[in-house]
Amino acid sequence: MPEQFIAPSIDWFALSPYLVMVAGALGLLVVGALTPRWPRGLYSLVSALTATSAGVLAVFIWNDVAESGPGTLVGGALSHDAFAQFVTIAVCAATALVALVTDAEVRGTVLEGPEIHALLLTAATGAMVMGASNDLIVLFLGLETLSLALYVLAASERTAAGQEAGMKYFILGGLASAVFLYGIALLYGGARSTNLGEIVARFQSTVALERNDSLVLAGLALLIVGLGFKVAAAPFHVWSPDVYQGAPTHVTAFMASVGKAAAFAAMLRVLVIALPFHRDDWRPVIWVLAIASLVIGSTLAVVQTDVKRMLAFSSVSHAGFLLVGVEAAGHRAGEQISGDGLESVLVYLALYSVLVVGTFSIVAVVSRHAGGSTDISVFAGLGRRRPVLALALTVLLLAQAGVPLTSGFVAKWGVIQSAVAERSYAIAIIAMVSAVIAAFLYLRIMVSAWLADPSEVEPEPVPAMTGVAIALAAAVTLVVGVYPELLLGWTDAVSNFAR
Amino acid sequence: MHGAVDFPLLSMLVLVPAIGSLLVALSPRRRPEYAKLIATVTSVGVGAMSVWMLRAFDSHSGGFQFVSRHPWIESWGISWHLGVDGISLFLVVLTGVLFPLAIVGIDPHNDDPRRDKPYFAWLLLLEAGVMGSFVSLDLFLFFVCFEIVLVPMYFLIGGWGYEGRVGAATKFFLYTMLGSAFMLVSILATVFIASANGLGRITFDLVELAEGASFAASTGRWLFFGFAIAFAVKVPVFPLHTWLPDAHTQAPTAGSVVLAGVMLKLGTYGFLRFGLYLFPEAARWSRPLWLTLAVIGIIYGAIAATMQGDLKRLVAYSSVAHLGFIVLGTFAFTSQAITGSVMQMVNHGVSTGALFLMVGMIYERRHTRQIADLRGLQHVAPVFAAAFTVVMLSSIGVPGLNGFVGEYLILIGSFLTARWWVVVAATGVILAALYLLWAYQRVFHGEPDEENRSFPELRWKEGLVLLPFIGIIVFTGIYPKPMLERIEPAVHDLIEHVSDRTGYVEPQPAAISIDDEHGEGE
Repeated sequence: MPEQFIAPSIDWFALSPYLVMVAGALGLLVVGALTPRWPRGLYSLVSALTATSAGVLAVFIWNDVAESGPGTLVGGALSHDAFAQFVTIAVCAATALVALVTDAEVRGTVLEGPEIHALLLTAATGAMVMGASNDLIVLFLGLETLSLALYVLAASERTAAGQEAGMKYFILGGLASAVFLYGIALLYGGARSTNLGEIVARFQSTVALERNDSLVLAGLALLIVGLGFKVAAAPFHVWSPDVYQGAPTHVTAFMASVGKAAAFAAMLRVLVIALPFHRDDWRPVIWVLAIASLVIGSTLAVVQTDVKRMLAFSSVSHAGFLLVGVEAAGHRAGEQISGDGLESVLVYLALYSVLVVGTFSIVAVVSRHAGGSTDISVFAGLGRRRPVLALALTVLLLAQAGVPLTSGFVAKWGVIQSAVAERSYAIAIIAMVSAVIAAFLYLRIMVSAWLADPSEVEPEPVPAMTGVAIALAAAVTLVVGVYPELLLGWTDAVSNFAR
Repeated sequence: MHGAVDFPLLSMLVLVPAIGSLLVALSPRRRPEYAKLIATVTSVGVGAMSVWMLRAFDSHSGGFQFVSRHPWIESWGISWHLGVDGISLFLVVLTGVLFPLAIVGIDPHNDDPRRDKPYFAWLLLLEAGVMGSFVSLDLFLFFVCFEIVLVPMYFLIGGWGYEGRVGAATKFFLYTMLGSAFMLVSILATVFIASANGLGRITFDLVELAEGASFAASTGRWLFFGFAIAFAVKVPVFPLHTWLPDAHTQAPTAGSVVLAGVMLKLGTYGFLRFGLYLFPEAARWSRPLWLTLAVIGIIYGAIAATMQGDLKRLVAYSSVAHLGFIVLGTFAFTSQAITGSVMQMVNHGVSTGALFLMVGMIYERRHTRQIADLRGLQHVAPVFAAAFTVVMLSSIGVPGLNGFVGEYLILIGSFLTARWWVVVAATGVILAALYLLWAYQRVFHGEPDEENRSFPELRWKEGLVLLPFIGIIVFTGIYPKPMLERIEPAVHDLIEHVSDRTGYVEPQPAAISIDDEHGEGE
């Protein structure tokens, strides 16, 4: 035991994205409380700019990492690698888009003000910490920062459904966090450390001896359950349809993008990076979770009549696709040439985050106009009323279905490619077939938008900032779809992670 | 190489319609006539380029011509690799010619002129996708094009079709996508296994894969079936055909023409280009299955067509039968049969396209497609009836018209390697005469009743649209040589490739050259 506490050296610039986000959140709260109401849209713009600048800083840090190689920060608590920066950029992009959409959603309600944006930025900081954590306790801190902010956001609308969603999310999320924490404790018991690097080192040094793995395995199981809940993988997905439906649409967009990205980043950190020595133990579990999510997500999505519920189930099936990538990453986790699994999951996350925010933004615009209803019938005739909006919706839905020339196809191709490269043919085929089932659901929404007779003749107003967010999302979807090299050219680096 | 000009002809054939589609989409909403103008100019331009390509094509070479190759997604080993050979040449030209006719000649089935704009945009996007599928020599690019055609077709059927359009469009989309799901996994597996066995690197290039990779027999068979499911759905091969009658019947006329004319050929073309070329052993091995399904399709399609009360459904089922012949010829593995199959792909496109066009005209006039509601049209519209007769006879395969040449080559070529299948399939020729002539008799003969008496005669504009179809039907029927001599070298190379890989020896019959056979055609 060291006699005196030695403060770790801190590379402040490498922490700048987190600092900017936290400063933005605090600044909004403090300055917002002390000044009279800001002109409309300014709160949103400030938080979107904060997220954007954090993302831009992450790009610079990425350059540093590329030069100096991966390392750790703050005494091994956080990783300083391209993986972390990639997650940060994806989270910041999604947060900025959500911040833009939030403006119109809360305008004129009691929620208008700096608080909701401060919560968004706080939650995003938690997500970024999860993606960069190099220690299970730090990972848990990030998870709780994200979750606590999300509980409040989910319940922010004072409707019965909103309250129900918040409560459900809180209770089940709290349970999952507890399970996750218990998993950390057991893993600590087995591995004598919570630091990812030390965990790996320990398994490396104690290979040949007779190992008593029961604590590690029990901890691993609990960690998978906790993470499975956070990523909404079947069978831990049951909270998601209710919460997605009940929460305000912009919060749902945030949950489906940032929440999912952070949870998957954490899953990769824990399973692929920290526990490659147990890959043969966790890979079959991920296999089962993937298949269950794919099949349950896509089949149950088809029978829904509420668009938000449909998208909730479709997001379960997307989680299944991501798990296919995690499973592929598990085949050669910890080896020198580790395959493309990890990279494909991260690319999928980034592309899906943008897609899903765009989709929910359109749902927000349409449902607002229809008095808050998100039934599929309110989309009827959207093509007549708002052809451009309907076109954007079509592009985003086709991307979710994985049609070529959209980013969704690039994402799906990536994970299936990494699965096939590891000869996981069965899971690849099941994934593709369930994508066809899920396509039926996107077609249903498109049929309603283009081919059904309008239930409403008055075109819905599209608020400027929401419009910008939708346009950006659709543009990214198409550009990456047609020329994926733009993104793929620099994602090779993410598999060179630190621990 | 003769065709290697600086002008990136094939890239233009794919990109020009895509850009045209974008321009149509961006054209002002209040001026729907611009949409049609842009669509017309684009599609006529593409048609002209494809015909020019036909002229510049070196008929002595069996290899790929007009090749253009650029890196596209380098991280994944994917390139923009295009090329055309005798197998794809006429399909490209057919696509180039059919689209302007469909765009100029057929009015979109809608009431609101403002809806013309998306209609033309989707049609042009469809053309880009179909062109891309026929000319791509990269598995990824092919998959992208093969899959992207579903979207415009889905919207064309769903947006401009008839009563049951939404269901038919959805069925079409999901069925085809299901087939593609298997193909996608198969493509990836092919690439990775090839890189491990012989190639040493990841590439999606068709030619490199086909020439450089070798697969263990069982592996190749699995991979082949992944591709084959996608193509079998698209063709469609019995029993995967159930989407077709619905899609055809509910589609707007232009949609049916394009669907029958070129889109079904994506399947039969895929069998030749990707099935036989990449996996010769597996294709040889699974021959009995495909021959049997093809023959069942021929007989089943013909019987089902006989029973239809709806004229459009009848033509749709006749497609199932005709495509059965093409599959039969493909898996007979003789030069003659495969040449016949390639030719029959074009013939079927022309004659069935024209049939759908004329059924569309009948519907426009009478607002019914039920055979029972129509009678005696020959009396009131003799020119229309004459045109219908020519097209119908071509579809039946009467000597002197194009359908005969293809079917004859398929049957005679297959007889050497698949005798008993041919014996059964030949009855399909008779059945084709039965269902088409019987339908003709019911619709055109007899005394017209009150409602049919006012059936208008063929108009000038309609006649001009039909003229190219009838021209091709008669010309290739009488003088198929220019077409056959361009197809043959490529087919010969393909058979040679199969022989190299599998040790298969093509049986040589007592020489039946094309010229002899064409003599009989007259």
